Amino acid sequence: MSHASVRKPGPALAGRLGRLPGRLGWAGRWLVLIAGVFAWQGWADGRRSVFFPPPSAILANMYHWWFSGPASHLWLTSVGSGNILPSLYRMGIALGIAIVVGLPLGIVIGRSAAVAEYLEPLMHFARSIPPVAVVTVFIVLFKLGTEMEVAFITFGIIWPILLNTIDGARTVDPLQVETARVFQLSNRQRIFKVMVPATLPKFFAGLRISVSLTLILMVVAELTGSTNGIGYLMNAASEGYNMLQLWSGVVLLGILGYVLNAATLLIEHRVLAWHRGARRLTSN
Amino acid sequence: MLEVTDLTHAYGQGSSGHLAVDGISLKAERGEIVSIVGPSGCGKSTVLRCVAGLLEPASGTIAVNGTPVHGTVPKGLAVVFQDYSRSLYPWLSVRDNVELPLIRTQSSRAERRAKAQQALTAVGLSDSGNRYPWQLSGGMQQRVAIARAVAFDPVLMLMDEPFGSVDAQTREDLEDLVLSLRRDRGITILLVTHDIDESVYTGDRVIVLTGAPGRVRADLPVQLPEPRDQITTKELSAFVHLRAEVGRLVRGKQATAAR
Repeated sequence: MSHASVRKPGPALAGRLGRLPGRLGWAGRWLVLIAGVFAWQGWADGRRSVFFPPPSAILANMYHWWFSGPASHLWLTSVGSGNILPSLYRMGIALGIAIVVGLPLGIVIGRSAAVAEYLEPLMHFARSIPPVAVVTVFIVLFKLGTEMEVAFITFGIIWPILLNTIDGARTVDPLQVETARVFQLSNRQRIFKVMVPATLPKFFAGLRISVSLTLILMVVAELTGSTNGIGYLMNAASEGYNMLQLWSGVVLLGILGYVLNAATLLIEHRVLAWHRGARRLTSN
Repeated sequence: MLEVTDLTHAYGQGSSGHLAVDGISLKAERGEIVSIVGPSGCGKSTVLRCVAGLLEPASGTIAVNGTPVHGTVPKGLAVVFQDYSRSLYPWLSVRDNVELPLIRTQSSRAERRAKAQQALTAVGLSDSGNRYPWQLSGGMQQRVAIARAVAFDPVLMLMDEPFGSVDAQTREDLEDLVLSLRRDRGITILLVTHDIDESVYTGDRVIVLTGAPGRVRADLPVQLPEPRDQITTKELSAFVHLRAEVGRLVRGKQATAAR
């Protein structure tokens, strides 16, 4: 078979697939999800399986279990506020630490060859350890509780932020750096007006990965000896074979993941408006 | 004002090194526009980078107002790079790009703002302060880069093939802009170009470099009436003769080799 005949269907297929989301647009994205939920509902209603409850039952359970509280408590029940809020708190703090440490450290490592030489072996050693494998170490270091969970999540999520920021800082356009030099910008300006903005596109690419990892590691952290949290509830539910509660946790995690990703994209969209604008022009 | 003596620089070391400039000496008086012209690869940009303090020359001395430059950026220096799209910061508005270096000279925010606006007006962009560089045409972006360079009243402005990537009409407008800025503000300008017409039209003196390694082939005074005009100046026989002479000098090496 010649190369041409192998390659030929490629672009045509890609073109057809590429047009699909454009045709359906915003509605199409939800259409597939809604159709899936209805299919599941019909299938589960027919089977009446204990292991696969229908979406209607899951949503009803989520409402009664977590979201039927008084307005003064943001409609959260005591179970809801006692477990969802601690999970969000842990994720927020861990993400905050990962950003506050990862962004400056990444810029320093990316811009200083000396610092990179000292820290990179350690960094690559640490990042290749699967966090799940060292939960015990964190329990020993921090004792059980929020501190340990936050430290564990931070350890797991900081790498995409750090590595992408390093890459971004290393590949800042030399002319932008030289411009800062010949115009004798102050150190403050060089950092905040040149290095940080120039690094942000790569930083956000890392942040998006870290945000989705945060959710996963939050659950993992809470599976081990936590006394509250979404992961704790799901662990308790699966130990008690309460499938309805387990599925409620799954759906909640899915919604949280979607909302977190959308929020990150929204922030990125606003902060990097210049980047999209400049890129659109150079690609023309 | 600017004094370059016996400047020599090589990239790389030993026998594998490439000698870019070899013993270049030149002077620029206050308020003078000195064009440096030469074939590509003659080390024009290397000379400019050494003067800007971005490159430490292997040997030779550079002095700005009597103060030696040796890998440090001299005071009161401004640079206009050829690649405006990369030297302007895309995350800053036009006004913020111009304002950024003013922290060296102006302490108050209001003063910086006023100076930036004044510079933008001088280059004909008084209404574009709130836009972003990438929203402007190439010629307008280069005007922003020039505004940024003149905003803090530099004593010496270096221009590295500043109009190499704009269209002919815009290039002429920008050449006239440079001439008017020099007239109004008395800035000393070192203009590196590969365009022979531009070197003669814009310069008070034209320095012709030979091809690699760069050496000074000629240092010619330009005696053309002021103010210069894109049409009438260029039809003067003095202009035509000088541009022919510069052209011959620039091509000199290849012409001899072909014979």
